[in-house]
Amino acid sequence: MAVGVLALQGSFNEHIAALRRLGVKGIAIRKPEQLESISSLIIPGGESTTMAKLAEYHNLFPALREFVKMGKPVWGTCAGLIFLANKATGQKTGGQELIGGLDCTVHRNFFGSQIQSFEAEIPIPEIADKEGGPPSFRGVFIRAPAILEVGPGVEVLADIPVSSEKSSSPVTLQGEEEKAGSEEKVIVAVRQGKLLATAFHPELTADFRWHSYFLKMANEAGDEASSSSSTINEGSSSLLSERTPNDLPIFQ
Amino acid sequence: MAGSGVVTVYGNGAITETTKKSPFSVKVGLAQMLRGGVIMDVVTPEQARIAEEAGACAVMALERVPADIRAQGGVARMSDPQLIKEIKQAVTIPVMAKARIGHFVEAQILEAIGIDYVDESEVLTVADEENHINKHNFRIPFVCGCRNLGEALRRIREGAAMIRTKGEAGTGNIIEAVRHVRSVMGDIRVLRNMDDDEVFTFAKKIQAPYDLVMQTKQLGRLPVVHFAAGGVATPADAALMMQLGCDGVFVGSGVFKSGDPARRARAIVQAVTHYSDPEVLADVSCGLGEAMVGINLNDEKVERYANRSE
Repeated sequence: MAVGVLALQGSFNEHIAALRRLGVKGIAIRKPEQLESISSLIIPGGESTTMAKLAEYHNLFPALREFVKMGKPVWGTCAGLIFLANKATGQKTGGQELIGGLDCTVHRNFFGSQIQSFEAEIPIPEIADKEGGPPSFRGVFIRAPAILEVGPGVEVLADIPVSSEKSSSPVTLQGEEEKAGSEEKVIVAVRQGKLLATAFHPELTADFRWHSYFLKMANEAGDEASSSSSTINEGSSSLLSERTPNDLPIFQ
Repeated sequence: MAGSGVVTVYGNGAITETTKKSPFSVKVGLAQMLRGGVIMDVVTPEQARIAEEAGACAVMALERVPADIRAQGGVARMSDPQLIKEIKQAVTIPVMAKARIGHFVEAQILEAIGIDYVDESEVLTVADEENHINKHNFRIPFVCGCRNLGEALRRIREGAAMIRTKGEAGTGNIIEAVRHVRSVMGDIRVLRNMDDDEVFTFAKKIQAPYDLVMQTKQLGRLPVVHFAAGGVATPADAALMMQLGCDGVFVGSGVFKSGDPARRARAIVQAVTHYSDPEVLADVSCGLGEAMVGINLNDEKVERYANRSE
């Protein structure tokens, strides 16, 4: 079964590489008609404004909304999370188009500029339960968004504490867990039905539990609908052969 | 996690020894988010908005674009922090700024005003002819220029989290950019087919650290994100850089020195996304108005910025 990765801009190569390591072929999606050949989709990290502009140029939004409406599994990381949210704050002047479908409010670039980007070990009880492995995950937050509010149908998979006086500087988790009760938390991973969203970048780590979790979600959906996902059509044969990219190392 | 296709990279920790506060993975992380994108030079908040609106994935805040630096001459320095702050406020995409080669105080200032990425650039006048900035000392990530594999790996060893091939900035002439990208990619191909025993001498020849050379051999590419720069003026130029194997493109004077900047910016962004689809490339290349005036690099009098650092 092929998984589509929206390849307009950003970390799509990293997602495709992670899928390859799990033995699944990731197909780069750049045009609306290519969505017809896939049964699930990953929207990667990147600059959400840029990705929205590129999607707009090629009229991808109606097709993407349709894809979400049909109940097909979609996973957004970082910029992808913003895309899936029903409401986003902190956007550029004039706003940007969203796909919507995920009942939550996202604050774009919640943690501030690159100098505030960070890594943190985040507890992921639900994923550790399903996929095994250690109870926490190395979350890489790059100019990351955060989820401020979620609707009733949304399951929270992970959150991290932020110090209450300055919301822009996250607290390091080690050794501060005792005090965490008194501190505010922001949500960084959610699931609503067939929609999965993370504010961090599992594709930048060597821990593929999120990818494997998503693939299981996608397989469940495939069984229910018994879709004809075997007809993988790469489409437009006019494309010059893209050399298989050797991907970047994963920095620990 | 020991699935097929997993490369156990030689000395993966070699270039990651850095301050604990901002690990190398976070520095490279932003560059990875910029992949498949276009970074544009802008000199005013209005231009920054035009670039954002066109779909640029980041902007480079400058006082003068390279073409003007070339024309006006004199010493080119870091831009006024006030201007950089204004540009930063105008847009939501990442903002980069240039510091002179070896001028670590300019870099400290840029770090203090919360810029997203510093370009230690040969386009500005060189401050230190011998040394580059020790980029491990900074929490902010750096992008550096290179003409060949050895230079790229030396910059990575100094802590650069992103590499751009230099090209020849402000000329609107792609010839040098092609030469530099071909040189880097060609050397990597040679390296890939090399016997392990020969790598020591190869590392000596290209004057690069052995561990990074070995890592590059195993990966078959530079170990950090690699953009092209210097001379990109048309969508076709941008797609050429992508097809040669770059991760993205810097466009300096090419956009805002052309007849219709908004339209050209948009076309170049689309060309980078659809770089392997000639039909889309043909489509976006139509009716863009006048491109920037190019400079013929056979002329001996044209100063070569690329040769300013080793």
